[in-house]
Amino acid sequence: MSKLLTVSPSPHVHSSDSTQKIMYRVVYAMIPALIWSVFVFGLDALRVTLIAVVACLAFEYLIQKYLMKVKPSVTDGSALITGILLAFNVPANLPWWIIIIGALAAMGIGKLSFGGLGNNIFNPALVGRVFLLISFPVQMTSWPVNKQAGIDAVTAATPLGLLKEGVKNGTPIADIAGLPHLNDIMLGNIGGSLGEISAVLLVLGGIYMLWKKVITWHIPVSILLTVAAISGIFWMIDPAVYVNPGYHLLTGGLMLGAVFMATDMVTSPMTAKGQIIYGIGIGVITISIRMFGAYPEGISFAILIMNAVTPLLNYYIKPKRFGGQ
Amino acid sequence: MLKTFKIGGVHPPENKLSKDKAIEVLPLPQKVFIPVAQHIGAPATPVVKRGDVVKVGQVIAKSRSFVSTNIHSSVSGKVTKVDFSADSSGYPKHGIFIDVEGDEWEETIDRTETLVKDITIDGPAIIQKIQDAGIVGLGGATFPTHVKLVPPQGMKAEVLLINGVECEPYLTSDHRLMLEKADEIMVGIQLLMKAMNVEKAVIGIENNKPDAIKLLSEKCKEYKGLSVVALKVQYPQGGEKQLINAVTGKEVPSGALPIAVGAVVSNVGTAFAVYEAIQKNKPLFERVVTITGKGVSKPANFKVRVGTATSELVEAAGGLPEDTGKIISGGPMMGRAISSLDIPVTKGTSGILLMQEKESSRQEVLNCIRCSRCTNVCPMGLEPYLLMTLGEKQIFDRAEKERVMDCIECGSCSYTCPSSRPLLDYIRFGKGKVGQIIRSRKK
Repeated sequence: MSKLLTVSPSPHVHSSDSTQKIMYRVVYAMIPALIWSVFVFGLDALRVTLIAVVACLAFEYLIQKYLMKVKPSVTDGSALITGILLAFNVPANLPWWIIIIGALAAMGIGKLSFGGLGNNIFNPALVGRVFLLISFPVQMTSWPVNKQAGIDAVTAATPLGLLKEGVKNGTPIADIAGLPHLNDIMLGNIGGSLGEISAVLLVLGGIYMLWKKVITWHIPVSILLTVAAISGIFWMIDPAVYVNPGYHLLTGGLMLGAVFMATDMVTSPMTAKGQIIYGIGIGVITISIRMFGAYPEGISFAILIMNAVTPLLNYYIKPKRFGGQ
Repeated sequence: MLKTFKIGGVHPPENKLSKDKAIEVLPLPQKVFIPVAQHIGAPATPVVKRGDVVKVGQVIAKSRSFVSTNIHSSVSGKVTKVDFSADSSGYPKHGIFIDVEGDEWEETIDRTETLVKDITIDGPAIIQKIQDAGIVGLGGATFPTHVKLVPPQGMKAEVLLINGVECEPYLTSDHRLMLEKADEIMVGIQLLMKAMNVEKAVIGIENNKPDAIKLLSEKCKEYKGLSVVALKVQYPQGGEKQLINAVTGKEVPSGALPIAVGAVVSNVGTAFAVYEAIQKNKPLFERVVTITGKGVSKPANFKVRVGTATSELVEAAGGLPEDTGKIISGGPMMGRAISSLDIPVTKGTSGILLMQEKESSRQEVLNCIRCSRCTNVCPMGLEPYLLMTLGEKQIFDRAEKERVMDCIECGSCSYTCPSSRPLLDYIRFGKGKVGQIIRSRKK
C-alpha cells in the first residue's frame, strides 16, 4: 500500500477542550466586572487595563523569545488573564510606569522565572500586585472616587480602610463616618481597586465559569464560608468592634480573590479535598489580617501563602483511589 | 437514576454510525493468516505444516499450558507456510498461512440456525469444551475464558456479569449481536452460569442501546436468575472493574481479580461463542467486526473469519476513503493503530475504524496547567499528571507507590487533557517498568 498511515498509541480521539479555550472563558467571565469599572472610574479603568494587558503580553513574548529562547506562548491566553487580573488589583488612577513595573514583576518573577505557564508556584498577578503594594504603598492605596457614589473628592478610602482606621481609633463601627451602606456595596458603589468593587458581577463571572466547568465550587465556597463563619462569630461577640459578615464578604478584594485568583488552576490544589483545605486556609488568613493585622485587606497575602502550601497539599492529599487504600 | 461507576469517567461523542446495520456475512477471503497468539497467555503450538489440507474448525495450533488456548482454522484449504507476519500490535507474530479452497467444515459442527435450548452436559464438561473450542474474552482483552471460570482456591463466584456495555465510540458489533442473537446469548449465559455454579447473572448495557435493553429484558423473563441493568452512557463503563462497581456497588481491591468480590465478567460476544461451542459444537473461528469511520461510505457489521486481512473488510465497506489518515483495530479510546491493511482480524478484533486525515494527528502538546481534569476523570482514582511526570523522570518506586499498576489504560486522561499531553503514553511506560521491577522482586 502506498499510503502512509499515522500510527500512535491510544487514545485516538481527543475532547474538543483546550487550554486556550479555558483561558478565554476566564477572560469572558471577567468582562462584566471590567465594564462596570469603566462605568465607575471612567476611561481611566480602560487605560490601566490596556497598559497592564499589553505589558504582560509583551514581557511574556520578549522574555520567552530572548531570555528563555523558547517558542513564545502569548496566544494561549494566560498572559492576557494575568494582565486583566493585575489591572483589577490596582487603583484605576495608577501611573502607567507603575503598572509596567507590576507587569514585569508578575510575568518575570511570578511566572517565567519558574518556567512559564503551569510551572509557577504563586499567582503571577498577585506577585505583581504585592510587589507594587510594598514598593509604592502611597500610589497603591490612593483610590479614585467612585463616580456613582456621588462624593465630591478626588480620592477616597475603601470601606475596609475606613473600618481599620476607625476601629484602631476606638470608634464604634456604627459611628464611623463615610462607611457605605450594604446596598451600595452590593451594587459596587464603593471605592476600591479597579475590578474588585462589584461583588455581584464577580459572582456572575464565577457562575459562568462554574457552568463552563473552568472552576469547581470547592475553592470559592470554602473561602467565603470560612470568612463568613469567623467574622460572624466575632460580630456576635462584639458588634461595636467587629463588622457584620456581609460587610466582609462584599467589600475589599475577597470576591475577586475567591472567584478569580484563588481558583487559578496552576497554583491551587488538584483534589477536591485539598481545594477545601486551601480555601479554608485562605479564609482564615484573610479574616485574621483584616481583623488583627496592619493591613485593612489580606486576601492577596492569604492566597500567596496558601499557594506556597499547595504542593504540600498535593503531596499528602490523594484522590479517593478505586479499590481502597 | 441510571447506574454507573462511582469515580471519574468521560463521555466522548458516540458516533455509532453502524448501529442500524444488520450483521452481514463477509465473503470468504482467498487466503488467511491466523496468528497462534490471539489471546493473553502462552501462544499455541502449530500442529499443521506446509502442504497440509485443513477443514473449517480443525485445530491448527494447540495450547500447551493452562493460560493459553487452541487455535482453529477458519477456512478450508491448504497450509502454505507457518511463518511470521505482523498482527495488530505491529510486531511480527508466529502464525499459519492458508490458501482458501472451498468451504468445507468439520462434520461435527452443527451449521443449522435452530436454537438449541436444552443443556445436556454438566459444569466441568462445559469448561472443558470452552477450553477446546478456543474461546477467549471477545470484548478485546482476549483472556482465555476457561481460566476465568475456574476460581482460585478458596474463592467462590456469586454473580456472573455479562458485558453488553460497548462503551467505545463507533463500535456496534456487540449491540448488533444482542439484537440479532438474543436467544443464543441467553443460552450461552445459562451455560456460563452452570459452568461457574452461580445462580445469578446480570447483563449490563449502556443506555444508548434502548432496543437491546428492551429485547434482552424481555428474554430474561424466560430464564431464572437473569436480569438486565441499564447503565449510564459514560466511558469506561465497560471496563471490568467499572462494570462490577456500577452493577454491584463493590470495588475490586487494588491488584486483585474480580473474583475477589465474587464476580466474573464475560462479554456478550463471549456468551454467544460459548453457545455455539457447546450447543453447536462450533469452535471460535469467526466473530462480528464493525467497520466504520466518518469517511466510510458503507459502515457495517460483518461476520468475519479469523485471519481475514483488514483490506477485505475495507473493500466490503466501500473501499478505503481518499483521506484516511489512520486505521484503528478496535475502538478509538483503546484500539491500536495499525500500519497496514494486511493485518488480520483476530479473536479480539471488535472493529476496524478508519479515521480521516484531519482526526489522525495529535494536537500540539502544551504545558500542564494543573487543571486536575485528568485526576477528576480517572476511573481508578489515580493522578495521571503525577504518574506521567514519574514515568518521564523514571522515578519508578514512587510511581509504584502512587499505584501506577492500577491504571487500566482507558485513555480518559489523555482524552480530556486540554493541553493534549501524552499522559497515557508515559503512564504505560512507567507501568511496564514497574511491572518488570515487581516481577524481578518475586524471583
